[in-house]
Amino acid sequence: MKMTLNINGTERSVDAAEDIPLLWLLRDELQLTGTKYGCGIAQCGACTVLIDGKASRACMVRAKSAQGKTITTIEANQSAEGQAVTAVWDATNVHQCGYCQSGQVMAATALLMKNPNPDDKAIDQAMSGVICRCGTYERVRRGIKQAAEQLKRNAQAAPGGSHDV
Amino acid sequence: MMFRRTGLSRRRFLQVMGGTGGALVLGLQLPLARAETPSGEQPQNWDPNAFITLYPDNRVEILIKHLEMGQGAFTGLAMLVAEELDAAWDQLEAKPAPGNAALYNNLMWGPMQGTGGSTGLSSSYLQMRQVGAAMRQMLLAAAAARWGVSASSLRTEQGRIYNGEQSLSYGELAEAAQSQAIPETASLALKDTKDFIYIGKPQRRLDLGKTTGAAVYTMDLQLPEMLTALVIHPPRFGAKVKEVDSEKAKSMPGVAGVVTFFNGVAVVADSFWQAKKALDQVKVSWDEAEAERLDTDAMFAELKGLTQQQGLIAEQKGDSDKAMASAAKTVELEFTTPFLCHATMEPMNCVARVDKDGCELWSGFQMPTVEQMGAAQMLGLKPEQVKVNVLIAGSSFGRRANPVGDYGMECVDIARQFPGRPVKMIRTREVDTRAGWYRPAYYNRVKAGVDSEGKVVAWQQHIAGKRVTEGTPFAEFMIHDGIDHTSIEGAVDLPYAIANTNILVHNHSHKVPVLWWRAVGHNHTALAKEVTMDALARTAGQDAVAFRLAHGTNPRYDAVLNLAAEKAGWGKDLGPNRGMGVAVHFSFESYVALVAEVSVDGNEVRVDKVTCAVDCGLAVDPDVVAAQMEGGIGFGLGQVLFSKLELADGKVKQGNFNNHKVARMRDMPEIAVHIMPSTEPPTGVGEPATGVIAPAVVNAIADATGEYRTQMPLMS
Repeated sequence: MKMTLNINGTERSVDAAEDIPLLWLLRDELQLTGTKYGCGIAQCGACTVLIDGKASRACMVRAKSAQGKTITTIEANQSAEGQAVTAVWDATNVHQCGYCQSGQVMAATALLMKNPNPDDKAIDQAMSGVICRCGTYERVRRGIKQAAEQLKRNAQAAPGGSHDV
Repeated sequence: MMFRRTGLSRRRFLQVMGGTGGALVLGLQLPLARAETPSGEQPQNWDPNAFITLYPDNRVEILIKHLEMGQGAFTGLAMLVAEELDAAWDQLEAKPAPGNAALYNNLMWGPMQGTGGSTGLSSSYLQMRQVGAAMRQMLLAAAAARWGVSASSLRTEQGRIYNGEQSLSYGELAEAAQSQAIPETASLALKDTKDFIYIGKPQRRLDLGKTTGAAVYTMDLQLPEMLTALVIHPPRFGAKVKEVDSEKAKSMPGVAGVVTFFNGVAVVADSFWQAKKALDQVKVSWDEAEAERLDTDAMFAELKGLTQQQGLIAEQKGDSDKAMASAAKTVELEFTTPFLCHATMEPMNCVARVDKDGCELWSGFQMPTVEQMGAAQMLGLKPEQVKVNVLIAGSSFGRRANPVGDYGMECVDIARQFPGRPVKMIRTREVDTRAGWYRPAYYNRVKAGVDSEGKVVAWQQHIAGKRVTEGTPFAEFMIHDGIDHTSIEGAVDLPYAIANTNILVHNHSHKVPVLWWRAVGHNHTALAKEVTMDALARTAGQDAVAFRLAHGTNPRYDAVLNLAAEKAGWGKDLGPNRGMGVAVHFSFESYVALVAEVSVDGNEVRVDKVTCAVDCGLAVDPDVVAAQMEGGIGFGLGQVLFSKLELADGKVKQGNFNNHKVARMRDMPEIAVHIMPSTEPPTGVGEPATGVIAPAVVNAIADATGEYRTQMPLMS
């Protein structure tokens, strides 16, 4: 069937199977391969994308049902939160093999969009759905906290930002 | 995978590779001309061009001969080159070297290109520095000629050559340097340790693009005309395809074919989803006459039964029976460690293109020589007709170091039925989990005794399980007198003074394919050794750290134990239902001590904190070392707490992360890593922490409850 999706700020029209998961539409039809296949049953989180700003597992979302929504993938994770996460990740060598990190970065971005000051419990809750077999979890946790700090500093430094902290 | 400690000589390996004795993949002659002389034995004149390309725009591209699978090979090896080249960090780019055993062999293994046994950095330490030094010398010679001065009057810094105030970038000299003679390796003066600018200091990783989606794994490779193949494997190991009903699948959109290959049936289509939908319509009947019917519960009983018999003697010192009889107190413990799959985040996959003139392969190959030889043999080609492209890998933990190149060969067998077209073979998670090549299940039983002064006088250990290299081309040099070195590594030559020991091995055979799994034999031997030592200390009424130190025979081993204990605040009271446990182990030439703090609530165990001390010689990149300790502990923790694979009537029960449980964010302790300062040569870091977390956690639980829980995993 023909479907049109808003992906990374662009309307993309694709003719694909009616039941194709968003993951495989992104990867095979649009060559957006940053979103990874890891399990296919929403257990590992490697395929995490943002749908209307919420962390979603692209392997279990039918592409056709994502029509009319805003989809953001790792290739265009350019929100303030996304940029802060990516910068901290790169500066603190969070990744090892990196295969899960698209999912880690997107899930961390979604967490910070929702909760600018996540504690350990919030991090456990938001991030336990994204498996990292290399065991980078501690760096992911530290990275989220550091990105949160960075976002606060940015907000203070920005014109019109809060100065009362 | 510890080739050095098996006493494997290069010549012996050559014989194996050239021999016939069932050597399925490696039984072919390699182009050995240049691989004959690994460094460390005698200097070789390295052609730096094989490793470095200096571009006129000043980029320095370094070909990394070890697979980047997350362990930091790109960063570590590039640091060695940059150190001696005096390059600037931001001018470096790292890329995987292609398959070429003559140029890129592992210098600790012989004429074979491969990564494993935590040898990547240590085996390359001199070579990569020599490569950098050689290129620097050629650049200096070119600059000296340009300026008409002697090279010795020039200095280099951050990718530039200075002649007083005058300077040129390396890139500006790239062309002129090409015509300079390649220096003799023996003539190269390497830097003194005190002059290091990179080695010993943390750097930003060079395996880039992993936070933007730009990094290309095999899963992401796009080639013109490429097909995607999904596979159906036999339901039981050893079963064969009898009949395939694929009429419906073949008529489905995008399907290019449904074919059989040596280990099953493949559905080949234009895209993953088309292949997946067609796959669900294929019906395969199997000939299970030769199929394995193993049941894991029965197997553990069988392993235990084996240890009632006389086994193969791995080590015998003194008279352990007599000493045991005279011991004041004894302890006896049984340990079980289940089958485990590696569960790499990127399921095994490969791209192959075959035509009449040759074959080209792409994957995160850990031993590209295996796949090159294997493809050549399968296709009746010469090895040089098989081009192997190595891509970054979505982790491995030993999975990609397969002695017969299992997933690569499956892909070749499928791709040759679609000549000229690249075929990407993808294993779904379920297929990959059930595809075998597991960490073998092991049973250990240890009885040990102390005298009235608390001195260990007797140690008897039975080790039962399947040998990792049994039936593979590696058996010839890994198995001696029936004993696979990986069965006993960490259990023999104990770093404790014990006069009377008897270490016995009982081999078990079945058709479930087994493989090295991060830390390999140390997963079961460190558990048995360190928990038994802990139980002995308890029984003797002594402190667990002091008890180990009283038996210590190796200052470096004792030192990491002391460091971890000190940093963890060993002995502090943690309150009710909490405990602290220690374990220390030597593996992959490195020493790791861990102190774990746990909370216990019935069967529920929460690991709160782990303090790690490591001595890996000179820590080339302390941040990579720390990352490998953190990751090694996390990886090991999953198998302590949850992970297991079970077989019932030969079928693997678990298939995906819903029932094959691994450690997640919420399971992770806080981890503090302390690196022992050292000027000794660098040693392994990828594996040494993994086997040590299990005994540390078990001992911490015993501290909290008085009970040693020794059946892995702890929470089912």
